[in-house]
Amino acid sequence: MFMKGMIMGGIFCLVLSLLASFNPSTEHTTEDHHHHHLQAPSKDELKHFSHSQMEDLSNQVRVYCIIMVQPKILVYWAAAIHTWSKHCDKAVFYTSEASKALEAVDLNEKDDWARLRKALTHAYENAGDLRWFFVAQPTTFAIIENLKYLLLTKDPNEPFYLGNAAKSGELDYVVYDSGIVLSYEALKRLVNVFKDEDKCPERGGSLWNVGEEKQLAMCLKYTGVFAENGEDIHGKGLFNSKSVESLISDSMQANPTNVVEGCCSDMAVTFNGMSPDQMQANPTNVVEGCCSDMAVTFNGMSPDQMQVMMFGVYRLRPYGHDFHDLLIFDPPVGSDND
Amino acid sequence: MKGPSSKWAFSMGFLVGACSVYVFLHQVWFERSYPVLSEAQEKATAAVERPTSWRKEGAALINLLHPHHADEDSWVADVLYQKVRVLCWVMTGPYNLQSRAHHVRATWSRHCNVVVFMSSVEDPDFPTVGLGTKEGRDQLYWKTIRAFHYVYEHYVNEADWFLKADDDTYVVVDNLRWILSNHTPKEPIYFGKRFKPYTKQGYMSGGAGYVLSKEALKRFVEGFRTKVCTHTTPVEDLALGQCLEKMGVMAGDSRDTLHRETFHPFVPEHHLTGKFSKSFWYWSYCYYPIVEGPQCCSDLAVSFHYVEAELMYTLEYYTYHLRAYGYTPRYQPPLHQGLSFGPLSQTTVMVGIKEAQEVTDGRSLTSTAFAFSGNQSKTEMKSHTGERDHLNSVVTENGTVVTHDRHH
Repeated sequence: MFMKGMIMGGIFCLVLSLLASFNPSTEHTTEDHHHHHLQAPSKDELKHFSHSQMEDLSNQVRVYCIIMVQPKILVYWAAAIHTWSKHCDKAVFYTSEASKALEAVDLNEKDDWARLRKALTHAYENAGDLRWFFVAQPTTFAIIENLKYLLLTKDPNEPFYLGNAAKSGELDYVVYDSGIVLSYEALKRLVNVFKDEDKCPERGGSLWNVGEEKQLAMCLKYTGVFAENGEDIHGKGLFNSKSVESLISDSMQANPTNVVEGCCSDMAVTFNGMSPDQMQANPTNVVEGCCSDMAVTFNGMSPDQMQVMMFGVYRLRPYGHDFHDLLIFDPPVGSDND
Repeated sequence: MKGPSSKWAFSMGFLVGACSVYVFLHQVWFERSYPVLSEAQEKATAAVERPTSWRKEGAALINLLHPHHADEDSWVADVLYQKVRVLCWVMTGPYNLQSRAHHVRATWSRHCNVVVFMSSVEDPDFPTVGLGTKEGRDQLYWKTIRAFHYVYEHYVNEADWFLKADDDTYVVVDNLRWILSNHTPKEPIYFGKRFKPYTKQGYMSGGAGYVLSKEALKRFVEGFRTKVCTHTTPVEDLALGQCLEKMGVMAGDSRDTLHRETFHPFVPEHHLTGKFSKSFWYWSYCYYPIVEGPQCCSDLAVSFHYVEAELMYTLEYYTYHLRAYGYTPRYQPPLHQGLSFGPLSQTTVMVGIKEAQEVTDGRSLTSTAFAFSGNQSKTEMKSHTGERDHLNSVVTENGTVVTHDRHH
């Protein structure tokens, strides 16, 4: 009798589980967004697309850069103009107050959060047919081509909110200084929730001293959009809140003698499969462990270091090494440092 | 009595059965829900650059494997590695092994065919050669003389070209090979950052590194044998330049096809952003006109000097790792006509042509590149590389035409 009971119980549980697993199949697609990691496409993944599909994807992945400037950081503002922002399809500078030296959309707003809201609203209204939005400060250096590669197979009519994802208590948010990426759908929902003074107040945050990056995350959360971490196919973060020099320095300290893996990827650190003898014999470098080859942003570099980065990213290369990339990006008009 | 107790037994059995199956399923599904993790783990190990294998031969490190990157096609670089063999010797000292030479060994020297670290004192573990001199600026030329003699004696047949660098010089050896591919090791010639004073034909800056052809090395050694050359001054680069001039070795022009310098005596930041004050010695030393700003330096830069440890790794990252996906650089250097690739020379491995072929012969490859112009004009490419040879401008034409076709 006991045995019969046991068998019946087992079957009952099995049946129930199978039924339950069929239900969340719809949950699965939204589950993907809760997954928190957004990886760049692999070469194999891209080979499955037809010519016309690739063409559509290239066209879709154009970026509107929203660069938040202030006259007090004029030298960084100028650096952004003369370096990486030329690679955006549309780069618009939004300032807190007008500056005679440089041109920007004057939001005439001192409060950081209110200014960000205005900039985002303006961008949404002036998007034209651009579907991806990248919010940066001029102390950030961005490699827009790598951003496009990351977003290539993602649909901007789906809500995406990504960058360097961090956690504050229960809230997942994207760190501001390594750049924030929003899809058209996410921005649309955001602009709508701006109207709701309860969920997304314009002036409430300053009372609690909550930074605008977290306020953004909270407002987006109300619309069902969650922060995701942008990573390459090896799981390394693509959005860096530190400068290259700083990250290399960290990697040097973490791995003084040998070092294949290092600072910026947890996965990589645990998978250093080399024996101590191999490591002695291969004084390989700190570089492997530092940063992704397809990094999108770095932060905290001086304007001069940004010029060096332009040279390093777009020009300096070893002769005879080719990459048969599936997209071609041309040099922008009006610059000579790339 | 039997009724209720058997029902009870049934219920117990039911519960136990249900729970155990639940636990079992939970374990199975738990494992299955993390395949992403293990996949990424596998990729992480696979993505690691194949380690270079060194063979220690005396104090030299012979490179058996040209460092490769996953995802890249380094066929041209590999051929150059075979055909243009470079022996790098690095001027260092016992107090600089860990603070400087170590980082050279971990970065750019891995791209040389052979590397030898020259010190005043022998160190079999690093390894370094002991030149038997003292340390100090006044010993530099003695160290240089002995280092070249050592290399000539032990490794002259292992390489075609012989590079001298300091332990704070960063060298992009692949780009050095490109420059040298337009010459042969039988020519009495040497290259570096050319300075003009004190000599007729100029001489090469020591810190920026210089490279001698095999013939030049032979003549240097011969000069000392016949006493045409002696230790005249500790100023190593000038003294060497004067010796080579006496021995009929030509001071070469190492600039790229747009006349931009490749060997640099300072760090990239200084050349790209610095303004040299007019009274600075540099102005009167440079053989060729100084260009300030981004055009100071060739895309195919060969060397920088005063590079500290952190910058060594940063430059390695910029050169060999960090890149902009799909970006077509403005400068498309030709492969020098001098280098023949044997039976393949007909198909011409000109880099420019190869890229155009990729676009035109899209169907014959497994992948096709798609041009993405946005609001960017393609005529940009032509205006910035005015000095390309005819062949390359034809290539550009083709490239332009094809990509235009794709965007109507």
